[in-house]
Amino acid sequence: MNTRYAYYPGCSLHSTGSEYDVSFKAVCDKLGIGIQEIKGWICCGTSPAHCTSRLLSLALPYENLCLAEKMGMTDVVAPCAACFARLRTAIHEANEDPEIAGQISEALGKPLPKSVNVLSPLEIFSNGSGLEAAVARQLPELKVVCYYGCLLTRPSKVMQFDECEYPMAMDELLRSVGITTLEWSYKTDCCGGALAMTRTDVVLKLTRDIFEEAKTVGANAIAVGCPLCHVNLDTRQEEVEQEYDVQYGLPIFYFTQLMGLALGVPTDKLGLHKHFVSTDELLRSSSKGQLAAG
Amino acid sequence: MTESTLTITSQSQLADAVFRESGQNVNLCYQCRKCAAGCPVSYAMDYRPAQLIHAIRLGADDLVLNSKTPWLCASCETCTTRCPQEVDVAKVMDAVKIIAVREGVKPPIPEVASFYRAALANIKKCGRMYELGMIVGLKLRTFDFFKDAGLGMKMFRKGKLKMIPSLTGARTTWKIFRRVKRFERKNQTT
Repeated sequence: MNTRYAYYPGCSLHSTGSEYDVSFKAVCDKLGIGIQEIKGWICCGTSPAHCTSRLLSLALPYENLCLAEKMGMTDVVAPCAACFARLRTAIHEANEDPEIAGQISEALGKPLPKSVNVLSPLEIFSNGSGLEAAVARQLPELKVVCYYGCLLTRPSKVMQFDECEYPMAMDELLRSVGITTLEWSYKTDCCGGALAMTRTDVVLKLTRDIFEEAKTVGANAIAVGCPLCHVNLDTRQEEVEQEYDVQYGLPIFYFTQLMGLALGVPTDKLGLHKHFVSTDELLRSSSKGQLAAG
Repeated sequence: MTESTLTITSQSQLADAVFRESGQNVNLCYQCRKCAAGCPVSYAMDYRPAQLIHAIRLGADDLVLNSKTPWLCASCETCTTRCPQEVDVAKVMDAVKIIAVREGVKPPIPEVASFYRAALANIKKCGRMYELGMIVGLKLRTFDFFKDAGLGMKMFRKGKLKMIPSLTGARTTWKIFRRVKRFERKNQTT
């Protein structure tokens, strides 16, 4: 394992999004990518911080970059889209404005690291070649729409990630391990994010729009790269169905879970049992299809 | 009155305050309304993002600081990404909230303000977000004890919510919060 990344899981991957944590690690393991968790990492502050204090919202992510540097690492991988965005924003703003960089340094009581890169797993997995050769399981029944959400690509000036209105990184990655992904127009529409805690009505409407479009294009699963999107689409799907008197039954996967399945990670090692919308039926039909084809 | 005295007007104090808080110059806005068209939450807002920007330019402090719009912003950054004048509209929304709180305006959507406070108090004390503690903190602030109770229980049963906080980094976050507060207080008085 030569490639080494400092791993910043963020709070969600240690709680509500633990499936993302286990499946991300499992895929890294399969592909021989070395990751090391940042010792003593702290919360990035997420939306409540940037809605309350600009300096706080930049100092909290930077503390983690300082910790990574202390470990001798320059590449930080952050699977959570919100953490990824906050870490990249902090670097961007400090680079743009030396005065704010000075303030961050003062708030942390230490100098800021000179060169640190923050990466999404989508970037580190697509860097490696030979994914096709590593495929161990065909999943012919899956028709997935990739839902990138807001924070992987926006704001484009800061994130510098893929095409901000119609990204393809996740589609290409899943296609390279043999999974069918469909074109659709809701890739980067918002699910309502943290409004679920306070204005659930908004989240139910926005997620319904996403489910409707996914069904319209013929998808039978949605792939995500953000733990907040996952909570809103998976745990609240039943609530949406009740509110609008519809039936979706759409399993929501982290893209790392789908990669794990394709690369032959045992199903019970990917945290699928934690999902509210069961993935069993879909994956069973997928195995059956494979047997019939074989 | 000559034409020049009519057209040359200084920008509103509120626009100044927004600029100091966020570095964003709302006077660049030419009301194309792309921000309003792309906003996923604009249907629930009292003023669309473009209208709020215009009100900031006019110096309509009462309207802006009491508007629900910034408190409903989901920080999805669609407006920021699409603005042809490169105004970071989402950052303007943050700045308006920060100014409103500083001016002592009662937040028009109190539960959103309570959520921010509960989340930050939690991060400060625990170092990492301790969801269960944050939810309890939010409920103590909103008195809405039954909201999402069933959902929370199911998440707990599925092992998605931790029983005990980790407290790793709690001392670090506490220090950072304190230094930021001290810095902001010092900056306000100067």
